Amino acid sequence: MTNIYEMEYNVNNRDFVVAGDVSRIIKRTLQRIGVDPKIVRRVAIASYEAEMNIAIHSNGGRISAKIDTDKVLVCTQDFGPGIPDIDLAMTEGWSTATAEIREMGFGAGMGLPNMKKCSDVFEIDSQVPQGTTIKMTFWLT
Amino acid sequence: MKLLEIKEFIDAKVLCGEEHLKREVAYACACDLMSEVLRLADKDMVLITGLTNIHVLKTAEMANIRTLIFVWGKLPDDTLVQEAKELDMVVLSTELPMYECCGILYKKGLGEPLEP
Repeated sequence: MTNIYEMEYNVNNRDFVVAGDVSRIIKRTLQRIGVDPKIVRRVAIASYEAEMNIAIHSNGGRISAKIDTDKVLVCTQDFGPGIPDIDLAMTEGWSTATAEIREMGFGAGMGLPNMKKCSDVFEIDSQVPQGTTIKMTFWLT
Repeated sequence: MKLLEIKEFIDAKVLCGEEHLKREVAYACACDLMSEVLRLADKDMVLITGLTNIHVLKTAEMANIRTLIFVWGKLPDDTLVQEAKELDMVVLSTELPMYECCGILYKKGLGEPLEP
């Protein structure tokens, strides 16, 4: 299908002032081109969780969004340290976040489960210590 | 329930969005963990929180939440209020503790969010 929009941004480790801003751009782009608000909301929530995860847990990474006529793809790739046990990390309430991160309102252990719940297809791959990649597909039709 | 009524019930100050107080809301969520908020979020939901950092606003924007209530007399910084204004949000602050704020609004009929 024809690619309508494609964007890719760096997400720095522990830069909490700007963390989340890429997801705002993705959300506003989807709104501007008239995507169904229910789908926009799901994409926004999932990409925000993914972006915050890179800022909180990784050594930095990238987030990209591709908007086609039939789907939105949100992908993240980080530079480590990777997730040793993905099944455990997917468990609601399980988190390795520090007290400092929890004071900021994160580390509820809901990030990955929320991403899976919001997306139509959720794919995650992680290698220790290389890093984690996540691919989320949202059907528009 | 109208936001104007909520403001009166909890004796809140309006930090921005005075012009939107006629808006109706049906649900509320009280939480300091933003992933929990994202899990529960409903489009006409009020977020009651004691957390004042910019991620409260970003979380609200992602989840289409347009009303924030800060409890314990907490005040967010000007950046949050300014950005909230640009997003047509209503931001309230009450001196009440979270438990009391929730208790009053629940008793007055503000419901709980539905699972999305």
